[in-house]
Amino acid sequence: MLAFLLIIALAASPEMVTIGPGPAVAKNGGPVDVDVGRFLLDVDLVSRTDFAAFVGDHPLWRRDRARALFVDERYLADWASARAPGEDVDPAAPVTLVSWFAARAYCSAQGKRLPTSAEWELAAAASTTKKDARADPSFVAAILDWYGRPPAPLRANHRTQANLWGVRDLHGVVWEWVEDFNFALVKDGRSGDGGALFCGAGASAADPADYAGFMRLAFRSSLEARFALPVLGFRCAKDVLP
Amino acid sequence: MTFVDDESQARVGVGARRTLLLSLLVASVGCPAPASTTATTLSPPDPGPVRDSGGSAAGGLGPPQLEEVAILTDAPLVPPPITRRVPAKVKVEIEVIEAELPISDGVSYSFWTFGGKVPGKFIRVRQGDTVELKLLNHPSSKMPHNIDLHAVTGPGGGAASTFTAPGHGSQFTFQALNQGLYVYHCATAPVGMHVANGMYGLILVEPPEGLPKVDREFYVMQGDFYTVGKYREKGHQPFDMQKAIEENATYVLFNGAEGSLLDNNALKAAVGERVRLFVGNGGPNLVSSFHVIGEVFDHVWTEGGTHVQENVQTTLVPAGGSAIVDFKLEVPGTYILVDHSIFRAFNKGAVGMIKVSGAERKDVYSGKEVDSVYLADKAASDAGAIQRASSALGAGTLTREQQVEAGRALFAGTCSACHGGEGKGLPGVFPPLAGSDFLNADPSRAIGVLLNGLSGKVSVNGGAYDSVMPPMSQLNDDEIANLLTFVVNSWGNSGGQISSAQVKERRSGTPRPAGAAR
Repeated sequence: MLAFLLIIALAASPEMVTIGPGPAVAKNGGPVDVDVGRFLLDVDLVSRTDFAAFVGDHPLWRRDRARALFVDERYLADWASARAPGEDVDPAAPVTLVSWFAARAYCSAQGKRLPTSAEWELAAAASTTKKDARADPSFVAAILDWYGRPPAPLRANHRTQANLWGVRDLHGVVWEWVEDFNFALVKDGRSGDGGALFCGAGASAADPADYAGFMRLAFRSSLEARFALPVLGFRCAKDVLP
Repeated sequence: MTFVDDESQARVGVGARRTLLLSLLVASVGCPAPASTTATTLSPPDPGPVRDSGGSAAGGLGPPQLEEVAILTDAPLVPPPITRRVPAKVKVEIEVIEAELPISDGVSYSFWTFGGKVPGKFIRVRQGDTVELKLLNHPSSKMPHNIDLHAVTGPGGGAASTFTAPGHGSQFTFQALNQGLYVYHCATAPVGMHVANGMYGLILVEPPEGLPKVDREFYVMQGDFYTVGKYREKGHQPFDMQKAIEENATYVLFNGAEGSLLDNNALKAAVGERVRLFVGNGGPNLVSSFHVIGEVFDHVWTEGGTHVQENVQTTLVPAGGSAIVDFKLEVPGTYILVDHSIFRAFNKGAVGMIKVSGAERKDVYSGKEVDSVYLADKAASDAGAIQRASSALGAGTLTREQQVEAGRALFAGTCSACHGGEGKGLPGVFPPLAGSDFLNADPSRAIGVLLNGLSGKVSVNGGAYDSVMPPMSQLNDDEIANLLTFVVNSWGNSGGQISSAQVKERRSGTPRPAGAAR
């Protein structure tokens, strides 16, 4: 069975690995933990080179042609031209300044999809030695340290050692889009009291000790699908065939 | 007066413990004021009768009559008072910037800021104003941020309405119904971490008639910080979540960095001026015991509210709260701002300065500038002399020379602040001990002076003195004997030796009120 799955994984893409089963993780940061099961996930973040190839094949996603409904004005704004990242940025670094719509279109073009937040959290819970390192102080401290620092210029992928599942750079490089980024507790920021993310809350939203997870939840909640941010990239996932 | 004297004396008496940062305590190690001078009469602005401001129900003062862009300032500066007497629509734009900045010498920290500095921009509006607040989150930010202003009437104080991803901006509008001094802060999860990284500032909502006029206004905001490394450990120091949860602060700071209000950065004012401090406390955890060494707050708008307390030494500033204090400056010198939860001042950085220039007012405060560090070092270096004298006395081998050496060290720590390092005193204020006819006429009389103090008119070397010397009865018999032996053998005095037994006899023959130091 395992060998069979492995073959499928390799057949699907040499750059993906199988994740799961693993520890239960919070779904959208909600109070209920879920078992994610198995899925495939890209080993690496999508690079600028990868995304330039996609834009070449799908010119409607060039920054000068993409519809304002799907991208904001900062979409791919750091590229030298509408077609290519140019010389001034590292082409091997993760692509950022992409909207959720664009990321989704990219994955779809590869026969993939964006990971769900629960899938992403499951993959990201692992250290190099443990499936679930969320209670490991040094693991958590390293993540929080990155969250706390102002962003440095992006560098190439492969910055961090692959974790136990074989995935790289889940922490310490960029934030990542997930399929259900805005299904968290704050949906309508213009009405009501802002829900559980703001003052005096947290206990019902997630494990209050899981500050790193809480911060990702807060970050995702601030997004809208057409936003393009300099610190936000993505990678793709895929179902494991039954 | 007696109370003040005892207080000064108590502080002077702890000379042996004064080893850390003593220069900062210059103002409190001073001498007692002369008896002849009572406190000068101040003429504070009339804070008005205690009244009910009406709260938010009275806050709306009609629709805006004009529109203006708010002047925003970085600490310690404060925007100018509002002179218009009609409601306005005030536009406020604040940019959130995440930046690595020094928190102490050679130590950097990743601050999250409202406007590039900690604390955030000072906002000044008038009660009844309609405030249009735009929050921009810089594209280089890693985090979403928002703002919750305690001056806002409405759920979340603006937090949900201003929740902003990096590279985006949000806007909301509120009417400032309640007058007062309010904290604002970021309320994005995890709230504690955003606040701990410096995301707070003050918004003043002036009463419709304005605040009483003062000469200078400053913005001082305290915050506690939690780093992985120890206090002053060099290099970049990341935020330590566990220490924050345990409320075990590494730094407690005014205006976001050690030294932000020290030396060249000190607040500056002049004698005769009235100074107002808008004091905030961002927390995230600690309540401040805000105090200015050497000054008394003439007025405190307690907790930044409407009613005025007067003549306050230390005022509590809650985390997420504020106070407005003012005081008139009579005496030049350096005044030290501290959180009087005092280890925070000496071991965690909660220290600032107000440097006051102008003419001396000897009638109010007669002490001259004291080089306390010099005294402390000298006292420390000669502590051995005191110990040797004490041992020799126990062994019955005490010599006059040993007494003189021990007395020299004690004099530096206890007496020289007033009588001078060379015993010359200060003409008209502190009598000289050098070549003193008063002393030499009856050296044993001096035992009583040390034990009981001396007040009233005396004549020394032809000069008239009418002052108060507080009792030094906290000194033990050995110490007084050594001190006096040193004095009578110094600076041209007639010599001799005072024994511990003489002091003991005199002390036992002196009745004292219950509870008084013997």
